[in-house]
Amino acid sequence: MVAVPKIRLIWLGLTAALMALTLWMIFIWVPTEVNQGNIQRSLYFHVPVAWTAMVAIVLVAFASVAYLKTRSEKWDRLAVAAAETGVIFAGLMLITGMVWAKPVWGVWWTGEAKLTTTLILFFIYVAYLMFRAYFPPGEQRRRLAAVIGLMGAIDTPIIYYGAQLWERAHPSAVVGPLSDSDSSVDGPIGITLIVAVVAFSVLFAYVASERYRLRKQEDEVMELRRAVSLRPALAISSSLETTESTASAPAGGAY
Amino acid sequence: MGAALATVWTLARKDLLLELRSRDIVLAIVVFALLVITIFTFAIELTPSRSRDVGPGVLWAAVAFAGVLGINRSFAMEAEGDTLDGLMLTPVSRELIFFGKSLANFIFITVAEIVIFPVFEALFNINVLRIETIVIALLASIGFSAVGTAFAAVSVRVRSREIMLPLLFLPTVIPLIMAAVESTSVVVNGGSWSGFSAWLQLAIAFDVIFVIASAVLFQFVLEE
Repeated sequence: MVAVPKIRLIWLGLTAALMALTLWMIFIWVPTEVNQGNIQRSLYFHVPVAWTAMVAIVLVAFASVAYLKTRSEKWDRLAVAAAETGVIFAGLMLITGMVWAKPVWGVWWTGEAKLTTTLILFFIYVAYLMFRAYFPPGEQRRRLAAVIGLMGAIDTPIIYYGAQLWERAHPSAVVGPLSDSDSSVDGPIGITLIVAVVAFSVLFAYVASERYRLRKQEDEVMELRRAVSLRPALAISSSLETTESTASAPAGGAY
Repeated sequence: MGAALATVWTLARKDLLLELRSRDIVLAIVVFALLVITIFTFAIELTPSRSRDVGPGVLWAAVAFAGVLGINRSFAMEAEGDTLDGLMLTPVSRELIFFGKSLANFIFITVAEIVIFPVFEALFNINVLRIETIVIALLASIGFSAVGTAFAAVSVRVRSREIMLPLLFLPTVIPLIMAAVESTSVVVNGGSWSGFSAWLQLAIAFDVIFVIASAVLFQFVLEE
């Protein structure tokens, strides 16, 4: 068993404590919102996961640019960690949005601009992850994935602009009993929301950093495997004195 | 500048000549798009008002689905003929290779649209052969070919590239599809210029941003 660094345990404990505090605030401390009732508590999940999903896209874009500039594997690991975690948080944003929309707006789905944008981005980053799964590991995969990650990030503002135009052209059929109720975000609601955003951001950072660490270990395992699979070849080729060319040859189709 | 344009044209001409001899790509785009459109005439019972409601959406969905097939083909041919390395060895910058491939794909999609639009007009009984829709069609073809060329080069070496390219291409071009569908819809329903121009701007913005972004990023796609 690999020893977990102490700092990570502290980080995990902090995340758990913060999440516990947030849950307590959401379900016990904050008063029930007058117009929407209990379903309004979705807000404290929906907004923070939406926020972290956006942060994830910015991280993927940043890491992709950094990778193309420096070609350092750490940026590629950051991009994967942010994309995988981001896709999960974007999925949660879509689900919490639908669960919240049904009782309030009367429909599971509307053409609301932020929902539409998140859905499209969700598809782009699922494709990004599928590409990484399909492509053999190596420098080429890292480079092409960075290009895809950047294309998705460049698309984000255009998608949002288009989705807003779309929303204006097709006023959504929100017919629910509470569709026109406005809820203000201040007082205890505002405080709870801020705490929830902080808690989910810390959770996101923790999960992404664990993924980053796992990714690093995966790379190390791959390196070791490659070294092992090359050993017999090395033994043979050293007698032929062509060690160098064999050692630099790709192993098992990985390049 | 002149030399660059000549290089782009030479690269595009290579693909056009191949296409003139095989007629693989344009024919595939046309037949597939018409098939999609035909299926929709059975899937939806077409009354005149319903045609105008759903027609633009069907038309652009068909063009997008068929276009991505054609673009996939243009790079698959390079990979199958092992000519991709030759292309990368040509002593011209990556941007010019990108523009050459994009230009060829743009011409393929546009030529296919010249056939698709009149048939669509006949089947759906809506007048799409007018100057506004031609402008939209050109803008859509520019965006499709730019994004499609970049992603086709990305996915050409992946196993099951036939699946990978649409998965990358379609969500990325959704804003352009939105713009094409909505502006066509405004035109065939006799909407206002302001309703049309907003979508036109979106299409132009998409094209400008993605032609530049794809050209710049292309050097990272075809490296070493």
